[in-house]
Amino acid sequence: MGVGITVEHLNAFYGKTQALFDVNITVLANHATALIGPSGCGKSTFIRCLNRMHETIPEARVDGKVSIGDLSVYNGTSATQLRRRVGMVFQKPNPFPTMSIYDNVAAGLKLNGFRNRKKLDEVVHKSLESSALWDEVKDSLHKKSGASLSGGQQQRLCIARALAVQPEVLLMDEPCSALDPISTGKIEELIFQLKEQYTIVIVTHNMQQAARVAEFTGFFLLGKMIEFDKTEKIFTNPSDKRTEDYVTGRFG
Amino acid sequence: MPENKSNTAVASVPPISLRRRVMDHVMTGVAALTVLLVLLPLFAIFAYLIYKGIGSINIAFLTQTPKPVGEPGGGMANAIAGSMVILAIASLLGVPLGIGAGIFLSEYGRNRYGDIVRFVSDVLNGVPSIVIGIVAYGLVVMRQKHFSALAGGVALAIMMIPTIARTTEQMLLLVPQAVREAAYGIGVSRWRTTLSITLRTATSGVITGVMLAFARVAGETAPLLFTAFGNQFWNWKTDQPTAALSLQIFTYAISPFDEWHRQAWAGALVLIILIVGAVAAVRIAVRHGTLAGA
Repeated sequence: MGVGITVEHLNAFYGKTQALFDVNITVLANHATALIGPSGCGKSTFIRCLNRMHETIPEARVDGKVSIGDLSVYNGTSATQLRRRVGMVFQKPNPFPTMSIYDNVAAGLKLNGFRNRKKLDEVVHKSLESSALWDEVKDSLHKKSGASLSGGQQQRLCIARALAVQPEVLLMDEPCSALDPISTGKIEELIFQLKEQYTIVIVTHNMQQAARVAEFTGFFLLGKMIEFDKTEKIFTNPSDKRTEDYVTGRFG
Repeated sequence: MPENKSNTAVASVPPISLRRRVMDHVMTGVAALTVLLVLLPLFAIFAYLIYKGIGSINIAFLTQTPKPVGEPGGGMANAIAGSMVILAIASLLGVPLGIGAGIFLSEYGRNRYGDIVRFVSDVLNGVPSIVIGIVAYGLVVMRQKHFSALAGGVALAIMMIPTIARTTEQMLLLVPQAVREAAYGIGVSRWRTTLSITLRTATSGVITGVMLAFARVAGETAPLLFTAFGNQFWNWKTDQPTAALSLQIFTYAISPFDEWHRQAWAGALVLIILIVGAVAAVRIAVRHGTLAGA
């Protein structure tokens, strides 16, 4: 089951440059929330603060309060523990190049010491089914490497890999920007099904995509969260002039 | 049909001038010639070694110890075994340390400490091998009070470390950051990611570095002169003076006896075959390992 996310007074920095300014947001459990905004506005930085990927960059730091369900992200939780509950799908599909399809999906469990073969088979099957890839790869699970799949398949493989560790939240950082329209359609369909079980936060450059998949949308500009509301409201009747300019294509 | 297509496509482009076509052929020829020039010395050495050495390689050469001067026959079996022992010791010490240093440089050494280690390792790479022999003499031989395979192994290990460290670093840096992030993203800790994902992804490159270092030290003579020292008899104890092929070749080649000269050629051929064999064996093993374990 998914859990909600609360963010209070979040500031993020790269060295001396501040990338996020006092972001506050509440994400509802089992919904999809989209984050839109022009390039460099901080939406990727924001999403990377939710699973502490931000701090893997040298000299990057964060202050503020983030809670995932009852878990305090920056207070007493280890980053690895947290990331098992908050999965992530990246902009460019990044399967482990030397691993088979099976091992890619099983990696999260295997590398954390999980060895029960039967259970692993089950998890791999279930995860690939959830990411709508099972039928395409079931005959070559061990024979083919993850890198040999097409771009769209690779991205669904990465989704399966994230789901295999049974997270409660799934973060997607522009998951379709490297994919063709057909693959994009498949991933969007997937998001629709996945939000029954997971809370989804998706960063996207594509406003139609936000409108199609998300119940809530946040608009970022220059590191600030300008407006956060129901998707419908953001796209039809935004409260802020800047949001309106952006969604109607007048700038950005 | 495809030919037709390409004809119509070319038709819209002006024909390639004669000058360009000639130049194309000339340049291709030059490239082929340089390849030949690079490979020629290698093949020449091989051919000459086989020509000079093959006649002296026989069962006795591969199974017996050296005979006293004047007695015909005898072989280098103890030196072949000694070389293997010394190289095994060198690899056991040098490979893990070198790879470890490479991991540090690539994953944790993007800072001043890393720069210092990089500089020191490059300097170490340039230290003459005889000097490294003296260091091993001081470190091991002086303490043990006698020459040993261990001392020889230490000397060769010191020579392997910088090569392995720097190539490992370069190979790990080639692994895209996205691959590391993928592992972090599913809750894999940093050290596990480094060992099971980053190093694993770079395996073939790292192995190449290891084999380069191995092949380079396998033929070293100078660092063994006063560490392993050489031995005319069988010795399996790592704390005793031990024969090595390169030492044996050196001793025999500068001797005044024709019989020994012939054996030196044979020893050189065996040494090269051993090195090529070891490199090939590791490559094959790794390839099968990756396929089966991937």
